[in-house]
Amino acid sequence: MSEIMMDDNGEKKIDDKTMDNVEILAKLALTGEERYKAMAEMEKILSYVDKLNELDTKDVEPLVHVMPHTNVFREDEIENDDGAEATLSNAPKKKENQFMVPKTV
Amino acid sequence: MAKQYETVIGLEVHVELATKTKIFCGCSTRFGGAVNSHTCPVCTGMPGALPVLNKKVVKFAIALGKATNCTITQYCRFDRKNYFYPDNPQNYQISQLYLPICRDGHIDVETSNGTKTIRIHEMHMEEDAGKLIHDNYEDCSLVDYNRSGVPLIEIVSEPDMRTADEVIAYLEKLRMICQYLGVSDCKLQEGSMRADVNLSVREIGSEKLGTRTEMKNLNSFKAILHAIEGERERQIELLESGREIIQETRRWDDNKEASFTMRSKEDAKDYRYFPEPDLQPILISDQWIDEIKAKQPEFQPEKAERYKEEYGLSDYDTDILTQNRHMADMFEETAKLCGNPKKAANWFMGEVLRTLKDKAMDPEELTFSPKNLAAIIKAMDEGKINQGNAQKVFAQVFISDVEPLAYMEEHGLMMVSDAGAIEKVVDEVLAENEGVIADYHNGKDKAFGFLVGQVMKKMKGKGDPAKVNEVLKGKL
Repeated sequence: MSEIMMDDNGEKKIDDKTMDNVEILAKLALTGEERYKAMAEMEKILSYVDKLNELDTKDVEPLVHVMPHTNVFREDEIENDDGAEATLSNAPKKKENQFMVPKTV
Repeated sequence: MAKQYETVIGLEVHVELATKTKIFCGCSTRFGGAVNSHTCPVCTGMPGALPVLNKKVVKFAIALGKATNCTITQYCRFDRKNYFYPDNPQNYQISQLYLPICRDGHIDVETSNGTKTIRIHEMHMEEDAGKLIHDNYEDCSLVDYNRSGVPLIEIVSEPDMRTADEVIAYLEKLRMICQYLGVSDCKLQEGSMRADVNLSVREIGSEKLGTRTEMKNLNSFKAILHAIEGERERQIELLESGREIIQETRRWDDNKEASFTMRSKEDAKDYRYFPEPDLQPILISDQWIDEIKAKQPEFQPEKAERYKEEYGLSDYDTDILTQNRHMADMFEETAKLCGNPKKAANWFMGEVLRTLKDKAMDPEELTFSPKNLAAIIKAMDEGKINQGNAQKVFAQVFISDVEPLAYMEEHGLMMVSDAGAIEKVVDEVLAENEGVIADYHNGKDKAFGFLVGQVMKKMKGKGDPAKVNEVLKGKL
């Protein structure tokens, strides 16, 4: 099992509070062991990405798109026929051409 | 003295755009299609599917922005708003956060206290979600993605409204602008216009905004009015009893006429927005904006002014005739074809509006051809049909757009101006009323009117009055 890493100040980057929030947002319910493992792995990912902080990016414009294209449009013309069958072909559960999902209010 | 409170309201209004296709794929946006028929890999979030932006959505957004005095963000982009919910198959909604297409606008609305300016904070383009239906038999939810990816513009106002009246006036003005531009039909009932109400209260005189709540699921002006009243009272009660208002999203229940807290888990608001990598930025040139601006229609205030000047119509009539652009267009066409704007206006203010009301229809749903109403007006002018029968013919024109002259002919609704036919009836009447004839010759004016009445009665009101007069005078 991975070790939970500490940052320079010896603090965990992913603490219990952060993990609680992640579980809510990602709609996850992890068991104790799963949770410990996930926290450790997330720590690792963050430490890896931390390497970027060594660079001075003060004068660098954030880059959103690698390609130089702008204004990629389509005209407002109908291109697709009835897609119900294809759309539902991999649905784990369906009823009367609709996806069936757990009750959601 | 009891504390006096004022209500502070800002609105988030979503309008569904009247494009033929969805915002990022070539699926139809038509309302009411068979479930999931208007779907493809893009609007159902299948892995690897790539969105391509519908140019018309950008045009509509620019047009709406210019019509509401906004600044257009000439370098704009989409962002991802991440959340998990079954109506959202991608697990993110493509929206705009950092560079919304329109900013800093305003519109003037007419209220009972005069004109008021409501500022618009921003407008952004985004995609609609699918529709969830609860299935009672299986105790599960069923999802239809026909609406998923239908283009929306969200219009965010500043908290500039103080009363429910101002809110309704603002919504009506927005709806009118959208309808005039043709960017949306804005039907609250069908969900093509939706309003979320942000409301807080504060003591009159205070500059500080109170804690606000957001109310969702308001599907009619009535629901909006009641929700505003209810929420104002709820917040004042909390403050008066020394309790705190919690910033939260509340869901309006139309049947219970009350609002309820939406579960806090759903409300754990952290959408982790980031720039949408699958869509390229949009560069909007001055030239593009100018082109769209040049094509803007004549809006309601100018149209009303023109009707007054050109047609000599009253303030009241022009105001009503111009509320809906489709109806105004039909009125103008009718006026042009029949050559009598005042009579055309009378028909719209009378029969057209009355029929719409009787059938609980929206002016937007008018489908009859102006040329057919114009034909009725002309037929009346030429004495071919009387008022009562003209209304009968119009009822058919309204429903199935029949050709009026053919219909009148077929159903015997034409005025009889054939001299022979009139003479026959006049002879009958004269034979039955010898006493009245004597009165007439003794100079009783009323007698003539009585005889005309008798003739018209026998002809079921279809005798051409001028012809009847003429024939009767001759015979007497």
